[in-house]
Amino acid sequence: MSLGDFSVGLSTYLLVGAMLFCIGLYGVFAKRNIIATLMSIELMLNAVNINFVAFNRFIWNEKIDIHYVLTGHVAALFVIVVAAAEVAVGLALIITIYRNRQSTNVDELNWLKW
Amino acid sequence: MSTVVFFIFAILSIAAAWGVVTSKNIVHSALYLALSFSGVAVLYILMNADFLAAVQLLIYTAAVSLLVIFAVMLTLRGDICQSNPENRSWLAGALISASVFVVIGLVILTNADWRVLATPWTSGGSAEDLSLLLLTQYMIPFEAAAVLLTVALVGAVILAKGVNESK
Repeated sequence: MSLGDFSVGLSTYLLVGAMLFCIGLYGVFAKRNIIATLMSIELMLNAVNINFVAFNRFIWNEKIDIHYVLTGHVAALFVIVVAAAEVAVGLALIITIYRNRQSTNVDELNWLKW
Repeated sequence: MSTVVFFIFAILSIAAAWGVVTSKNIVHSALYLALSFSGVAVLYILMNADFLAAVQLLIYTAAVSLLVIFAVMLTLRGDICQSNPENRSWLAGALISASVFVVIGLVILTNADWRVLATPWTSGGSAEDLSLLLLTQYMIPFEAAAVLLTVALVGAVILAKGVNESK
């Protein structure tokens, strides 16, 4: 099977989304800087958006009501809105934490531990 | 043709995402993040989601990356080349995320319902179609999203400004 015969289907897009999601998951587990953790969360949200749009594009036929055709796009749009709100609040929290603690290392955020 | 474009930009966005989590310099991580978002925007165009591709470029590539770079510049101290190190449990994280990827990949590849190819797309995806849906069927979530954005941005300003300094 050469590259020309291979056509891109739903599962290819889903695999791209899964790969981006798992890279983001690794970033959340492994990074020490809290801003890097936030960036990895953005990667994971983006991967979920790819899945929404891919399902909307491929699992569609004329039998479905025309009013529901773009539901996946709407869901992806709401995810983008929530991600924008999340990144704004998250970065404000990071700046506040930095002002109090002079650090953005997640290992040092142990106020609740004694 | 679209297959070649898909693979170029899918590999680009995955490689840029890998750069985000492996780069030692956090400014490079933020720039790789913008590159990854741009690659995903091209994937949206390939899936006939024109409006979402524009939103992705405007909000993610421009606004979110800019906010992240601002936060990096405001909180940076010490040597920038060592600003983004791994913590002690990175090996466990790598094992967990690799096994999650294997499980998801097995589910995707063995599910026969998802082995579908693209049918011709006739139902739009432009701003006009989406706005029709957003202002009729999804009006309540749309307004709730507007309230959420307002509250979140006001809260972000209050958090970043600090309550004590304003008195």
